[in-house]
Amino acid sequence: MAKLNINGKVRDVTAEADTPLLWVIREQLGMTGTKYGCGVAQCGACSVHLNGQVTRSCSIPVGAIKPSDKIVTIEGLSAKSAHPVQQAWAALDVPQCGYCQSGQIMAAAGLLKSNPNPSDKDIDDAMTNICRCGTYQRIRAAVHMAADLAKKGRPVAGTADSLTAEQV
Amino acid sequence: MTTTIAKAPRSQVASPSRRKFIISSAAGGGLMLGWSLPFESALAETGTKIGAGGPEINAWVVIRPDDTVVVRIARSEMGQGTLTGLAQLVAEELECDWKKVTTESPTPGQNLARDRIWGDMSTGGSRGIRTSHDYVRRGGAAARMMLLQAAADQWKVPVSELTVSDSVITHAASKRKTTYGKVAAAAARLPAPDTKAITLKDPRTWKLAGKPLKRLDTSAKLDGSKVYAIDVKLPGMLLAAVKDCPVYGGKLTSYDESKVIGMPGVKKVVRVNDRAVAVIADTWWRAKTALAALPIVWDDAANASKSSATIAEHLTEGLNAQTAYAMRNEGDAIAAIAGAAKKVEAVYSTPFLAHATMEPMNCTVRVTADKAECWVATQAGEAALAALSGETGLALKQCEVYKHDLGGGFGRRGGAQDYVRQAAAIGKQMPGVPIKMIWSREEDMAHDFYRPISQCKLSAGLDAEGKVVGLNMRVSGQSINAFLNPVPVVEGKDDRQLQGYYADPGDAQLGYTFPNLRVEYAMRNTHVPVGPWRGVNTNQNAVYMECFIDEVARAANADPLVFRRALMQKHPKHLAVLNAAAEKADWGKPLPPGVFRGIAQFMGYGSYSAAVAEVSVSSAGELKVHRLVLALNCGHAVNPGQIAAQVEGSVAYGLTATLYGECTVENGRVKESNFDTYRILKMVEMPKVETVVVPTYDFWGGVGEPTICVVAPSVLNAIHAATGKPVRSLPLKNVKLV
Repeated sequence: MAKLNINGKVRDVTAEADTPLLWVIREQLGMTGTKYGCGVAQCGACSVHLNGQVTRSCSIPVGAIKPSDKIVTIEGLSAKSAHPVQQAWAALDVPQCGYCQSGQIMAAAGLLKSNPNPSDKDIDDAMTNICRCGTYQRIRAAVHMAADLAKKGRPVAGTADSLTAEQV
Repeated sequence: MTTTIAKAPRSQVASPSRRKFIISSAAGGGLMLGWSLPFESALAETGTKIGAGGPEINAWVVIRPDDTVVVRIARSEMGQGTLTGLAQLVAEELECDWKKVTTESPTPGQNLARDRIWGDMSTGGSRGIRTSHDYVRRGGAAARMMLLQAAADQWKVPVSELTVSDSVITHAASKRKTTYGKVAAAAARLPAPDTKAITLKDPRTWKLAGKPLKRLDTSAKLDGSKVYAIDVKLPGMLLAAVKDCPVYGGKLTSYDESKVIGMPGVKKVVRVNDRAVAVIADTWWRAKTALAALPIVWDDAANASKSSATIAEHLTEGLNAQTAYAMRNEGDAIAAIAGAAKKVEAVYSTPFLAHATMEPMNCTVRVTADKAECWVATQAGEAALAALSGETGLALKQCEVYKHDLGGGFGRRGGAQDYVRQAAAIGKQMPGVPIKMIWSREEDMAHDFYRPISQCKLSAGLDAEGKVVGLNMRVSGQSINAFLNPVPVVEGKDDRQLQGYYADPGDAQLGYTFPNLRVEYAMRNTHVPVGPWRGVNTNQNAVYMECFIDEVARAANADPLVFRRALMQKHPKHLAVLNAAAEKADWGKPLPPGVFRGIAQFMGYGSYSAAVAEVSVSSAGELKVHRLVLALNCGHAVNPGQIAAQVEGSVAYGLTATLYGECTVENGRVKESNFDTYRILKMVEMPKVETVVVPTYDFWGGVGEPTICVVAPSVLNAIHAATGKPVRSLPLKNVKLV
C-alpha cells in the first residue's frame, strides 16, 4: 500500500513498487486522461506534473514517489478546462485524434509555469512530445496564445491549487 | 445477409477492367461487405427507428424537444474531422441551429439490423465525405421537408408559405413561429418525401458547410475525459497482454505457464491461435510483466533467414526481369529513348513503414455462449463485426461493436481488424468475462501491416531542344492487394501499386502527357505483412515520378516549374494547383542565401495536390526544412479550417517518412521496436506550413491523404537544388547530403 497525493487528494494504492506511475494512475486510480504511448519516455503522452515538473509517468516507478510528492494529471490541471493552455488549445482547434493532447497540454502548462514568455526556440526545446497527427504548428501557436492569455491575468499555475481559481 | 457488389474507388481495385469490388472480412470470415447507396431504402424504412432522447426524423436526424439536433455519423472519427464535416453537410440542408447540433454514432449492429441504412461505415481512402456527401445532405433536406410539413399541417397552411432558419419555422402571413423541437414528434410520423422532390443547395450558397467552423469534438480532448478504446472500463474486466510470433509466417510451439501463473494478479495464460500467446491478469501492467517473464518457444520456420538485404535483392531482380505487367504502353517509349539525343536514368527505393498510431492496437471483448461484443477503435466497424463473428462462430446478429473514436488510424485500423479477431480469440477462452487486450508499443511495431517496400527504375529521353520524347518506368515491389486479397491479383496485374500513374481521370491520374510512355509493375512479394498506410502508394510513387521529373528538367537545363508546365497542358486541373502552390510560394523570386526551393505535384483520392518546399543544407550536411506551401483542389471544401489541419498534419506525416521512416528486416522480423528506433518528427523539425485550398466545386475529392505524397518529393527536389545531387533513397537519415 502506498499513498499518492494526486490532484490535491491523497489516495491509497496497491501496486508492486516497480509499477510505472502511469499504470497506477490509469489502472488503480482509474484516471485515463494520462495516456500510454511508448513506455520508454519517448513520446510524452503520459506527461504529468510531479512537484511542478513535467514528468513522463511511464518511466518512473510508483515506489519512487513519496507521500509528500504532489502529482497533477490532466484531470487536475484546472476546473472546466479553464487553464490558459486549454483555452488556447480550444481556440485554435489544436487536437486532431487527441490521444497525445493530454501530454502536450501538460508539457505546455509546465513550460509556461517556468517560462511565461517562451520564444519559438524555447517551445522547440520544451515541447518534445510526439503527435502523429502532426498538430505541431497549431501547438506552437497555441502556446504563444496561452502565454498571452496568462499575461492578461489568467493564472498558469498547473497545480490543483488553481482548481477553483479560474472560471471563464 | 445480402451481399452487395458495387462500384469501388479505383485505388482499391486490382485491375481497371474489374471495377466490381467486395470487401470480405479478414481471413475468410462469414460476412461479405460491399456498399450500397442507402438513401432510397433509408427513406422508405418504417417501424425500426431508434430513439436518442427525441424523435428520429430519419436515419440521420433526431430532434429533441429542447431543439437539440442529433446528427448520426456512420463514419469513424480518427482526428481527420469527418465527424464535423458530415454534421455541417446535414445541418446545411436541415437549416438547423448549428449551436444546437450534436452527434452520435450508430453501431454496426444497428446498421445491420436496419438493412445497412447508413450505408458503408468504413472510413479509409479519404472517402469519409466524398462518398457519402450526397445521401447525408439529402437526409438533412428530407428531414427539413418533413419538419416544415409538420408545421404546415399544424397551422393548416400550405408548406410553400413557410420559411425556416436556424431551426425556427416561420409563417410570415400569420406571424407565427415554431421550432424544430416542437414539431419533431409530428414530423417523425409523416411519410418521407419523394426522393425526386428533394433538391440540394448549390454549394456556392452554403452557410454552414464550406465554412471553417470549429470541430464538434474538441472539449473532451482537453481535460482527459474522452474515453478512447484503450480507456474502456467494464465491471469485472480483466486485462490481456499478447505476443505474436515475431517472425511473420512463424508459429507458436509452446510456452511454460508454470513460470508465471503464480505472479501477482495473473489469472490465466492462453494460446490465442497457432501463432500467439496471451497472459490475462487483473491489471495490464501485471499481464505485461508476466508475459515478459513467460518462456516461449517459437517455430520461426523458413522466414527467419529473410532480411532487408534479401528483400532488396528480390526487388532489384524485379526491376531487371525480362517481363513485367505494363499498365500503360503508349507509343514506343523504349525506342524513343534509345534514339534520343540525351538520356536520363535513375533507380529509386523506399522502405517498409509502420503506421505507429499514438494509441496502440487494443480491443475489449465480452464473449458469451450467445453474444459477442467488442469496444474498439476501428476504421471499419462492420469489418470488426465480421471479425467478431468469424472468430467466435456466432451469427452476425449476435455480435455488436461499440466504436470509439480512434487515437490515430492512418489505415492501420482498416479492413483487416486482426486485433479484434485476436481479442475475440482470447475472450472466448474466458466466457462472460470482459477482457481488454492492449498491445505494447513493441508489439504494435512488430505486427503492423507495413507500407509496402518498392524500388523504381526510370529512364527518359530528351530531344535536342530539351523536350521529353519518352518515359519508361518500372516499379518493383510488394502488392497490398496480393497480401490482403480483396480480389486475387492475376499475373501481377495490380494497378493499385501504380496509384497516381493512371491514364483515366478522376482518381489518381498522372498529370503529364508524354509522346511515348511505358509504366510497368513487377510484383515482388515478401513475407512481411503490408497494407494501406495514409496516402498508400501515392507516397512512394510521387517520389519516383516527381524527383525523376526534376532530374530530367535539370538535364534539359530547364526550370522545374516551367518544365512541368509544358508537360501538363492537357491536365488543366493538375496545372492550376501546381501554379497555385508556385504563386503562393513566390517561385522564381530570390530567397535568403543558402535557402533553396523544390516543387512537386501529384494526384490521389480524387484530389489534386502540389507543394513547394524551402530547405537549406549546411556544409556539415544538416538539413533544415524551413517552409512548405501546399495547394489542394479537393473539389468541395466542406471545412477549410479542417482541411488546413489535415494538410499541416500531412506535412508532419510525410516529413517523418522522408527524414526517418524505415522498418528494416532482420532474421525475418522487423527490427525497429519503439519510438527510440522508429523516430517520429517533433516540434523542432516542423516547418512553417501554408495551405492554399482551391476548390473548383465540380467534383468531390478526398482530404485526409492526398497532400502527403507531395511533401517528400518537394523536399528532395529542394535538397537537389541545394546540393546539386539527387537523393534517390529514403529515409534521409541514411543519406549523406554533402
